[in-house]
Amino acid sequence: MIKQISVFVENKPGRLSAVTNVLFTRGINLRAFMIADAGDFGIIRMVVDKTNEAYKALKEAGFTVAVNEVLAVEVEDKPGELFKISKALGDAGVNIEYVYAFTSEKHKALIIFRVSDNEKAKQILEKMGVLFKGEIE
Amino acid sequence: MFWNPTIERMPKKDLEKIQEKKLRALVNNAYNYSPFYRKKFDELGIKPENIRSLEDVEKLPFTRKVDLRENYPFGMFAVPLSQIVRFHASSGTTGKPTLVGYTESDIKVWAESLCRGLVSCGVTHEDVIQIAYGYGLFTGGLGFHYAAEMIGATALPISTGNTARQIELMRDLGVTAIACTPSYMLYMAEFAEKMGASLKDTKLRIGIFGAEPWSEETRKRIEEKTGITAYDVYGTSELSGPLFTECTERSGLHIWADHFLIEVIDPKTGERLGEGEKGELVVTTLSKEAMPLIRWRTGDITVMETEKCSCGRTHPRIMRILGRSDDMLIIRGVNVFPSQVEHVLMQIPELGEHYMIILDRVENLDEMTIQVELNEKVQIDKPAEIINLKRRAEEKLKSVLGVHANVEIVNPGTIQRFEGKAKRIIDKRKI
Repeated sequence: MIKQISVFVENKPGRLSAVTNVLFTRGINLRAFMIADAGDFGIIRMVVDKTNEAYKALKEAGFTVAVNEVLAVEVEDKPGELFKISKALGDAGVNIEYVYAFTSEKHKALIIFRVSDNEKAKQILEKMGVLFKGEIE
Repeated sequence: MFWNPTIERMPKKDLEKIQEKKLRALVNNAYNYSPFYRKKFDELGIKPENIRSLEDVEKLPFTRKVDLRENYPFGMFAVPLSQIVRFHASSGTTGKPTLVGYTESDIKVWAESLCRGLVSCGVTHEDVIQIAYGYGLFTGGLGFHYAAEMIGATALPISTGNTARQIELMRDLGVTAIACTPSYMLYMAEFAEKMGASLKDTKLRIGIFGAEPWSEETRKRIEEKTGITAYDVYGTSELSGPLFTECTERSGLHIWADHFLIEVIDPKTGERLGEGEKGELVVTTLSKEAMPLIRWRTGDITVMETEKCSCGRTHPRIMRILGRSDDMLIIRGVNVFPSQVEHVLMQIPELGEHYMIILDRVENLDEMTIQVELNEKVQIDKPAEIINLKRRAEEKLKSVLGVHANVEIVNPGTIQRFEGKAKRIIDKRKI
């Protein structure tokens, strides 16, 4: 499980730069990033190198911030990997609420999952040998 | 034309004699039968016998909205419940509704007041009146309904909404008069235009518009778009409902002095203002039995005129309502206090305490948007959580205010902060 930060932002010019500026001035590096948009507003989700510091800094800047544990899977950067995993979860009746992925020099391809049943998903992924247990740096 | 020519043209002196007599009876009644007034008079050391002439009215205390709230439901009543034949209610300022009770006679006086008004702007028993005010706890629909039937006109109790049907029935039934909010009339006219029709091609000739502030410019626009003559109507639920209208002279609304005693005061000092001076309208009900009101602070700003109207009516007139002395908003004809909005928002822990009410008029209809900050302490990870929160807030507001509000959830800290009195309303409407 890794930690993910979620930030509520209005869908307005300048909001994203307000969030990223907080991270930039503290020297926090983004590892993965996505925005779920919903009309007037969006939720930014991100994985960063210094989660606690980022959380504190965003909070101090007045943002509504949440930290959640999400599942991360480390796979080879090659065709069919996401398919294998999503099929295994689907077959076991685990719902994937959202997913995003990134690659980096340090890690292979990392896929982040938010699922309906963490425990069950963990078991399945562990059995497949893909569950990421390291730290995001 | 007159509904009650003797009364409507009665010399001022005779009217004042009636007022004086009724005032004494009112004060007696209120003191003896209304627990609220008994207490209030005793506190101020006023005895009914101290109030002899019309000048003595100034000795009497004001009655305010807060009194109705504190004495909810029946503390303002001066008759036993068995004599009440109807209730109306409007949403109160902070949750509790404002309740009004009527005896059989109260309903009659109300209907006759509006009846006189309708006849004074040319409505007859030949007219078909489309009543596009809400029926139910709101007084607009039933108020016009009873007056229309009293005249012997044909009432079309269509209530609000479903504009296509409003226009269809207006055309098919040969409607000649309509009662609704002025903004809804404009909306309807433009709706007809979009359907490729024009209200000018209907038999509609008179409109009686109120329940929200409007202007001479709006009157002109309505008349240009529909070809009808537009009249102003005034009333508040506490006083009964819609009661007073302009006559065909259109130089003010006639206030029936045999039933209502009016003053215009400085809302800050409470002092009485002279003729032609702008101030808050204060009304004493002279005929109401169930819930008599002494010096009721309407909160509406107007100017009083006592000179006899060129139509022949001798009763005093008030000019078009110019605004409010308090922070009450009128949205699609519904009275809304910012305190009600605040009350609802504060009950939702996921929302912060800073908010802004933005009013606009979109295609002639009022729209209320409430921007409110998200509480920075909540943990949100999915847009659906915000959407649900927004929906919950909108549903709660609708049930308390009686009118829809769009809720926009914004980032904490982004709504302007104020030192001292906060400005929480942006009204972009042009009335």
